[in-house]
Amino acid sequence: MSDLFWIFVSAAIVTNFVLVYFLGLCPLIGVTNKSETGWRLGLATTFVMVLASLAAWVLNSFVLATAPFLRVISFVVAIASIVQIVELFVKKTSPSLYRELGIFLPLIASNSQVLGMTIFQTNRGYSLLQGLMFAVGGGLGITAALSLVGGIRERTEFAPIPAIARGPALVFMIAAALSLAFMGFAGMGAA
Amino acid sequence: MSLVVKSTSPPPKTAQDVLTRGFWHENPVLVQTLGLCSALAVTNAVANSIAMGLATTFVLVGSSIIVSLLRKVIPHQIRITTYILIIATFLAIADMELEAIVPDVHKAMGPYIALIITNCIVLGRQEAFASRQPVGLAILDALGNGTGFTIALLLMGIPREVLGNGTFLGVHVMPRSFEPWVVMMLPPGGFFMIGILLLAANWRDLRKQARERAERAAAAKPGSRAGRPQKEPEATLV
Repeated sequence: MSDLFWIFVSAAIVTNFVLVYFLGLCPLIGVTNKSETGWRLGLATTFVMVLASLAAWVLNSFVLATAPFLRVISFVVAIASIVQIVELFVKKTSPSLYRELGIFLPLIASNSQVLGMTIFQTNRGYSLLQGLMFAVGGGLGITAALSLVGGIRERTEFAPIPAIARGPALVFMIAAALSLAFMGFAGMGAA
Repeated sequence: MSLVVKSTSPPPKTAQDVLTRGFWHENPVLVQTLGLCSALAVTNAVANSIAMGLATTFVLVGSSIIVSLLRKVIPHQIRITTYILIIATFLAIADMELEAIVPDVHKAMGPYIALIITNCIVLGRQEAFASRQPVGLAILDALGNGTGFTIALLLMGIPREVLGNGTFLGVHVMPRSFEPWVVMMLPPGGFFMIGILLLAANWRDLRKQARERAERAAAAKPGSRAGRPQKEPEATLV
C-alpha cells in the first residue's frame, strides 16, 4: 500500500512530469494564459493517461513480450485511438463539456506526456495497479504545474514586463523558478 | 506537439536557401519553439546533446525521403497516421543503432529517444514540406532543420555541462578552483538556459524591428513635412 502511495507522490510532485521530466512543454506555452484552461486540460490529460496506462499494460502483458521493437508504434496508435474514442464518447454524452474541451482533446493525442508515461511505466516494470497510480499521480502533477504557471501568467498580464521578455521566454523563466521550487522535494520517497 | 508551423519569412527561393534557413533564421527550437521536450531533457551533457541531435536528424531525413516519395500515394485523410508510422520505423532503427554504438549515452537518454516521435519538428516538416516537395529538396530541408536542432541542443548543452560539471565531453576544462553550478545539470537549469536563449532571440528581433523602423522613418522624412506629424505606432510594442 505504501508502495502505491509513494508511486503516486513521486509521479505528482517529486518527479513532476512537466517541471522535472520536461514532458508536454507545448501545452505549457500554448494553453496557460489562464489558470482555468490549465487545470481543465490537465484533468483531461489525466483521464486519457489512466486509459493509456491500462492499454499499455494490456499490450505489454499480452502482445509486446515477443516484439519489443514495436512498442513505440503500438503505444502511439493505442493513444491516438483512445483519444478518438474519448472524443466520440464525450461528444455524444455531454455536448457542453465537448465544446469546452473541443480543441484540447486532439492535442492530448499528440503530446509527449501520455506516451512518456506509458514508456516510463514499461521501463520500470509497473504492475497494473502501480501503473494506474502512476498515471493518476502524473496527471494530477501536470494539472498542478499547468494551473500554477497559468496563475502566475495571469498575474503578470498587467505587469510592466520589458518587451524583450514577452512571450515564451517569460513562460520558461516562470517554469524555471517553479522547477527550482519542486527540486525541494527531490529525494523524497526514494528509499 | 503542435502542428502549427509558423511561416513568418517568405518561402525559400533556392535549394541552398532550403538547406540553410533551418540553421539559424528559422531555427526550429530558438525561433519556432518546437521540439522542446527533448531539447531540454537531454542537454545536461554535450555527448547526449550530440547523440540526440544526430538521432533526430537521421529520423527526420529518413522519414522525409519516404514521405516525399510517397506524397502522391498517401491519402489525405490518413496522412498524419501514415507519417507517424513512417517516423516510428526510422525511430526504431535509430534506437537500435544508438544502443549498439554508444550504449552509455543510450542509457543516459532513457525514454527520451522514444519521445523523438512526439517531437513536433519531425512531424511538422513532413506536413509542411516533405509532403509537397520532390525528394531532393525534402532531404535538404530535413538536413537543414536537423542541423538547426543540433545547433540549438549544443547551445544549451555546452554551457550546461561546462558550468554544471566543469567538463566538456567528459574532459575537465574549468580551473580547479571553479565550484560547479549543480543547478545547471538539474531540470531548472534546462528551463533557465532555454529562457536565456529565447531572451537573446527576442533581443535580436527587437533590434531588427527597431532598425527597420529607423530606416522607414528616414525614407519617409522628406515627404512627411507637408502633412501632420504621424502618430508613432512604436509606443505599443506588444
